[in-house]
Amino acid sequence: MSVLGPILALVILIVIGAALNGNFLSAGNINNVLSRSAFIGIIAVGMTFVITAGGLDLSVGSMAAFIAGMMILVMNAALPTLGVGIPIILLGMLVALIAGIAAGMLNGFLITTLGIEAFIVTLGTMGIYRSLVTWLANGGTLSLDFDLRTFYRPVYFDGILGVSWPIIVFAVVVILGEILMSRARFGRHCAATGSNEHVAHYSSVNVGRTRMLTYIMLGLLVGVATIMYVPRLGSASASTGVLWELEAIAAVIIGGTVLKGGFGRVWGTVIGVLILSLIDNILNLTDLVSPYLNGAIQGVIIVLAVILQREAKAKG
Amino acid sequence: MTAAPILALRGVHKSFGPVEVLSGIDVTLLSGEVLALIGENGAGKSTTMKILAGYQPATAGRIMLDGKEVRFDSLHDGEAAGIVLIHQEFNLAEQLTVEQNIFLGRELRRGLLLDKWRMRDLTQQYLGRLKCRIDPDTPVSRLSNSDKQMVEIAKALSRDARVLIMDEPTAVLTGSEVEVLFEQVRALRAAGTAILFTSHKLGEVAAIADRVTIMRDGAVVRSDMVAAMTEDDMATAMVGRDVSALYPPKPGVAHDARIALQVQGLTVPGHAQDINFTLHQGEILGIAGLIGSGRTEAMEGLCGLRPATISALQIEGQPLAIRNTADALNNGLCYMTEDRKLRGLLLDKGMRVNLTLQALARFGRILIDRRAEDAALAQAVKDFDIRAGSADVLVGNLSGGNQQKLLLAKIMQSEPRILIVDEPTRGIDIGTKQQIYTFLRALAASGKAIIVVSSEMQEIIGLSDRVLVMRQGRIAGTLDGDAITEDAIVRCAMGVGADPDERAA
Repeated sequence: MSVLGPILALVILIVIGAALNGNFLSAGNINNVLSRSAFIGIIAVGMTFVITAGGLDLSVGSMAAFIAGMMILVMNAALPTLGVGIPIILLGMLVALIAGIAAGMLNGFLITTLGIEAFIVTLGTMGIYRSLVTWLANGGTLSLDFDLRTFYRPVYFDGILGVSWPIIVFAVVVILGEILMSRARFGRHCAATGSNEHVAHYSSVNVGRTRMLTYIMLGLLVGVATIMYVPRLGSASASTGVLWELEAIAAVIIGGTVLKGGFGRVWGTVIGVLILSLIDNILNLTDLVSPYLNGAIQGVIIVLAVILQREAKAKG
Repeated sequence: MTAAPILALRGVHKSFGPVEVLSGIDVTLLSGEVLALIGENGAGKSTTMKILAGYQPATAGRIMLDGKEVRFDSLHDGEAAGIVLIHQEFNLAEQLTVEQNIFLGRELRRGLLLDKWRMRDLTQQYLGRLKCRIDPDTPVSRLSNSDKQMVEIAKALSRDARVLIMDEPTAVLTGSEVEVLFEQVRALRAAGTAILFTSHKLGEVAAIADRVTIMRDGAVVRSDMVAAMTEDDMATAMVGRDVSALYPPKPGVAHDARIALQVQGLTVPGHAQDINFTLHQGEILGIAGLIGSGRTEAMEGLCGLRPATISALQIEGQPLAIRNTADALNNGLCYMTEDRKLRGLLLDKGMRVNLTLQALARFGRILIDRRAEDAALAQAVKDFDIRAGSADVLVGNLSGGNQQKLLLAKIMQSEPRILIVDEPTRGIDIGTKQQIYTFLRALAASGKAIIVVSSEMQEIIGLSDRVLVMRQGRIAGTLDGDAITEDAIVRCAMGVGADPDERAA
């Protein structure tokens, strides 16, 4: 049940969607749903590792907004010297990755080295990044230069053989993440740390470093997601990435990862992300239920998923 | 004593899925009597106690209370009938005070508000009966294990228990604390309470119990008055074979044995000062001392598990420094914790993950070789005689003895040349103890060096070639060969015969 549950829910959603609207299974709609899922999905893969190792990160949404703001500022500032072209895009990407790693390191340092509760630390940094991006944008919106935006757009809208870039990057992240989690030493160390950090410590697992790496990895993936996100709108503001952290955590939990740590699965997280975006998509395509109720339905699904997992655990 | 049976099991069966753990057992508790329930780990003692107290329903058979058949649907039914079970792992809310714990769920009230004065008064009375001097306002998290045990018993007193069931009550207590507990047990017995307890210490059974019921493989194999049996009889009935040769013979350490480990000036702040010793290949070195004498902390400091300073450390003649557990492991030095449940094993994971956790690097550089892991597990199950229903059972569901064997197998995966085992047989049955002793001696015979830290005097004496006794964070004495006697160890550990100035300090 704990393996089949999320898959079953996804299949049911697909059947409902297909029955309600003929366009649901069209290549265009599928591409659209997957591209929109990719940002949360890439972040949720990183979140799976953080939660599995017994941590939590509430700051990822604000972090994404802050990184987007930084990228736009740096690229706009470099425009006169570098001009429109591939070098300036690479510079922007580099900024995003470095900022992501640095933000993850800061969270990790406060949590592992100073030993402060993850919830408190990331609640704090969540406020800090959100406030910084508002300040950088002076309360308004930071916009990428128009020519740059036109040049950068294909990173979101183009792809290979009709599959857009965000989907391809998402797929690569998922495959690497799944291997890392289920086959590699790092994944085993994360699960051991989340399951019982004392046992992990006595088993020569470097608990602090393991936790630190999960936060750095999550920061890096937030950077990757932002690289995909900026060309979509070409701007960043105080409302960029709002509630992404909760969507990512929800996807992780729906996928069967245990919130208090010790067990996680990346493929489950992917299913969780897809379930959340399909609900949104189906509500938008049909007029059965108001799309305004999207949040309510997602909330019910999250609670339901946890109840089902608990029942399965009680039986097993 | 012609007491009436208060509580009895008649032909009780219990199955978990296809596995039958109890096959038609009869157990009788008489009022005003102490019954000891003994048996190897996995014999079905815990399940029997849980059925008696209403924690688990029986699959078949009858539970008789005062001669009438009853059904306990939950532990509340059991408590309502005056049956209280005290777990080995305490059932106390750590953040609440002693008084709050004792009255948890049955708080006394005056009107809408809590009657704090009366509750504190009563708590003091209960604790007074146990000769326990703790303040009712102390949070339980600040109590020692033995005080927690006393709080549990006080809780049972407050519930007017007619039947008191205790799962290894003495496992966490020191000698004098055990005496206090036994005095209280005798007082309860005199007041007509029926008491059932389990213990792996047969000496205690002989000292306190009136009757003993012995279980093996889910069945009662013998039930008799204690006076009618010797400790040897009990052990033989439990294991089903003769275990008088509990400790393997000591071949003695060769005179030219190489030095495996040389420690000078090991200091663990707050726990141990200036510890010096050498350990030879093929030697088993015992470290004795009272609980709190710094034994465990010193060994953990040596292996990089907690902050420590060492003035000089040599392994096989090579000077080196150990900063963390990885350094220790890379130099063939490995520590097996005394606490298998909280520090040794991941209870919510399977055996494979646990077995290879410490030596994961041996099973692949980045990606783990699942097949090699499975092969290692199959080998370990065979070598260490780990009895688990299936290979993917959760480790938390294994019996204590099998957990301990798995822990030992896990430590051995990293192929230590110097092995430190802390309380290697705590809370496990005599048959498994014998297997572990035999294994340790064979390991020493193959040239490995071993340190055994233990609170069990017999274990130290039976196993060690040489003994260090620790007292208040320092080495109080070294005993060799025939000088290793219980008397000598106790003298060193208590500071008897040491120079009076030092004792005063």
